[in-house]
Amino acid sequence: MIEIIVVSTLNGVLYGMLLFLMASGLTVIFSMMGVLNLAHASFYMLGAFFGFEITRRIGFWPALVVAPLLVGAIGMAVERYGLRRVHSHGHVAELLFTFGLTFVIKEVVEMIWGKLPADYRVPGSLDFAAFTLFSSDYPAFRLFVLLVSIAIFLALLLVIKRTRIGLIVQAALTHPGMVGMLGHNVDRIFMLVFGVGVALAAVAGVIAGPILITQSNMAGLLGPILFVVVVVGGLGSLGGAFAASLLIGLVQTFAVAFNVSLADLFGSTAAGEVLSVWLSDIWRVTVAQVAPILPYLLLVLILIFRPRGLMGTRDT
Amino acid sequence: MSEATVISRSVRASRGGLTAYAIWLALALALLLLPQLFPSRLALSTMSLMGTMIIFALSYNMLLGQTGLLSFGHAVFFGLGGYFCVHALNLAGDYGWPIPLPIFPLVGALGGLTFGVLFGAVATKRAGTAFAMITLGIGELVVSLALILRRFFGGEEGITTDRTDVLSFFGYSFGPQSQVYYLVAAWCFISVAAMYAVTRTPFGRICNAVRDNPQRTAFIGYDMGTVRFIAFSLAGLFAGIAGGLSAINFEIVNAAQMGAVESGSVILMTYIGGVGNFAGPIIGAILVTWLQLVLSDATQIWPLYVGLLFIGIVMFAPGGIAGMLAMQGPVIAAGKLHRVAPYYLLAAIPGAIAVIGLSILAETSHQFSIRAAYGPSITLYSLPFDVTSPLPWIVGLVLAAGGVWLFLRAARLARNAYEEAIAGGAA
Amino acid sequence: MNDGVVLELSGLFKSFGATEIIRGVDLEVRTGERHAIIGPNGAGKSTLFNLVSGHLSPSAGSIRLRGEEIAGMAPQLINRRGLSRSFQITNIFPRLSVWENVRCATLWALGYKYSFWRSIDGLDDVNARTEEILTEIDLLDRWRTPAGVLTYGEQRALEIGLTIAGNADVILLDEPTAGMSRAETERVVALIRKVSEQRVLLMIEHDMHVVFDLADRISVLVYGEIIASDTPERIKSNAAVQQAYLGTEAA
Repeated sequence: MIEIIVVSTLNGVLYGMLLFLMASGLTVIFSMMGVLNLAHASFYMLGAFFGFEITRRIGFWPALVVAPLLVGAIGMAVERYGLRRVHSHGHVAELLFTFGLTFVIKEVVEMIWGKLPADYRVPGSLDFAAFTLFSSDYPAFRLFVLLVSIAIFLALLLVIKRTRIGLIVQAALTHPGMVGMLGHNVDRIFMLVFGVGVALAAVAGVIAGPILITQSNMAGLLGPILFVVVVVGGLGSLGGAFAASLLIGLVQTFAVAFNVSLADLFGSTAAGEVLSVWLSDIWRVTVAQVAPILPYLLLVLILIFRPRGLMGTRDT
Repeated sequence: MSEATVISRSVRASRGGLTAYAIWLALALALLLLPQLFPSRLALSTMSLMGTMIIFALSYNMLLGQTGLLSFGHAVFFGLGGYFCVHALNLAGDYGWPIPLPIFPLVGALGGLTFGVLFGAVATKRAGTAFAMITLGIGELVVSLALILRRFFGGEEGITTDRTDVLSFFGYSFGPQSQVYYLVAAWCFISVAAMYAVTRTPFGRICNAVRDNPQRTAFIGYDMGTVRFIAFSLAGLFAGIAGGLSAINFEIVNAAQMGAVESGSVILMTYIGGVGNFAGPIIGAILVTWLQLVLSDATQIWPLYVGLLFIGIVMFAPGGIAGMLAMQGPVIAAGKLHRVAPYYLLAAIPGAIAVIGLSILAETSHQFSIRAAYGPSITLYSLPFDVTSPLPWIVGLVLAAGGVWLFLRAARLARNAYEEAIAGGAA
Repeated sequence: MNDGVVLELSGLFKSFGATEIIRGVDLEVRTGERHAIIGPNGAGKSTLFNLVSGHLSPSAGSIRLRGEEIAGMAPQLINRRGLSRSFQITNIFPRLSVWENVRCATLWALGYKYSFWRSIDGLDDVNARTEEILTEIDLLDRWRTPAGVLTYGEQRALEIGLTIAGNADVILLDEPTAGMSRAETERVVALIRKVSEQRVLLMIEHDMHVVFDLADRISVLVYGEIIASDTPERIKSNAAVQQAYLGTEAA
């Protein structure tokens, strides 16, 4: 039991940190530009596929640097030539533009890499057991992913607290309306923020690709959870996004680990006999099977009891 | 007094004008006569699908175009409507209930409305981006639940039915596709008329007000949450009708029909057609359904083209196709269509060339990377190419780049001509 | 209804975080009164309107409309009780025509609420009322124009039209003449005089000519407190007001 708890906590934090790697960029972009980038998970997917392709040709370490740079460049181009143009058509048009982008990026990925999972493996240099926990080995690559996420998290914190751009981002987080007053270089800041934001998502893609499955549907699977994170955390709140990332990371990993159903708990009692007939579907469902629903259930509950999210202050 | 009465009378008269009746009569006639024009089985099933999608897209536009609500989970109500309809059909068949088939879309409507009310109560607490995310979450929630509650949703395979099992309707069994077409057409006509009528009621106008300036509606006495909630519920109702018709048409419903892909496709249809115009979603539903059919026959990567078309519309023509057509109204009124039409043609030719070039590039790279196992040869526009040679790449690149460049220039000319025609008309 | 007091504010406070914007306002507005609120920028005039109209809820204190407590109520509930307001920054429905703008504002008061089963064009009382308002604000010949493309002056008139269309008997106008030329201002003053005949008017205004021309009673708001509330003549000669606000202008 303790083993399950320790391993699940580790994996939950790992998954949570990966989520935050994406949610942080998403939140900053939203705060500054007022648009929730629906294609954020698609850039994560691009990161994974670029990572896979570069790893195959050159190696994992160059991929870790080059793939996010490439994705960041694509992101800046998308902002400069697409999003900025749509801005004048209003808020809904901006959302729809990024929505259309998810569609096109998925199709382009399928056009080039197909629909089957890519053979993106853990690099040899990190393919060993980091330590043994109780009876099972904990893979070094997972530890590496955790460390990279934490390192980027700390670096991000430093940038936001200590640099000029960071100050602007901070101002945008607290006073979203004020960004327009920044002067003539606001366009360049938007482009940069968008580029860095999606590059962070791409980093997540490069390092998560080998442990999760690198496939053309990965954006579609992860995207909705990412949006749950930012809504549950409170749109535009970096702290909320961090808390919600960890929360959802942990909830999902723990749910998967517990393979218990109502039938297991009440199976032999008399009441169980009656209930099992009427609720046959729900009766045999294990907690693990319910895991995919939990984030959305959390979303609905949060909206009923705390409509602005965990730490949200904004009523968009 | 004089002008005042004139306006009042004209407003009152506008609701039952002769032209209005003529348009509805023409629509009814068109729906009646289409099978004579396109009698093939394929055409009939395509038109049945289009009719269903018209209802679905219009119901979506009650949210997006009329009330300014961007939902990413509208297919939930389409799918649930389908499930309710299928279960009702199966029950009616098993127990011999004396209910004829044409009534069953109402069961779908009831299902859509019930869940519209239920989910609407949660989702319409917020607007804007948060609303969009909530609807996305509700969509994911329902689809994941559907895979668990197998008894009702039938898991991945879904639930099947037999529409001929229920009471026949004046001797019609609804076995043949042509009879199903008329069933869809009748419901399509009723739903379109009903949704149009809603836009011309106090509630319909207040929806527009909420779309334009939600905060101000509170200061004229309206609760914007309630307006959104009613709009959401009604949109659920009509989506449920569409889902019921789809279930009757295909005799199967599965969880995927409630999912993100279906929700996405209704957004595409509605927006490509045009959200600012009542007829827009109708145009979009017909066009996108047709495109899906034609393109999916021709190429595996057809969704890419639909996606690019959508992005193009979002970027360059936010009014959609209906918006572009509506823009021609003043030109026609000024009698200057013959002045601008040549410029449109001038832009259309390089536009088509650019599309051909892009498609050559896309198909070539698709063949090169994925379908390499099928060999390097590919036939594009009836011409054989070898994707390992540089030829198709160069041809594609030249056509695409040249086409785009020329198109942008021609488009500028066309825009100038258009503005000149409008200005001239006003003078 | 004691002494014809229609709107009564007492001990009203509003703070944003640590900053107190409204600090204990007491105010009475009586039947048939045209009441102006003046005061320097940042005194809290617009905040006061936001509190009364339900846009913000007060931190403490009470707001009574005909004896009924309305503090903290949602704007639509206050509006339905017969209090309507305009905005300093034009706040209309830009994509709807002038006709539809005004028509929407008449609907609730005429009892049509959320009706989605009756044709709006067939509602004779709604159409008649809409015309009446359009005649009053002199926008009848622009009835088909989308509100977003009207001139600034026309939009300001429409703003007043939206405020009076619901037939509220207490209307709050927030700087109705802001940014207008002399001629436009005169037209708006005439309009305000006309529409306030059967109603109680509370207005914020910076233009002293307009204020002394229109108001029966003036309240001076300085740093979130009402320092004087009296007839125009007495306000003019009030030493505290001169010092705090009118300054050299009145001297």
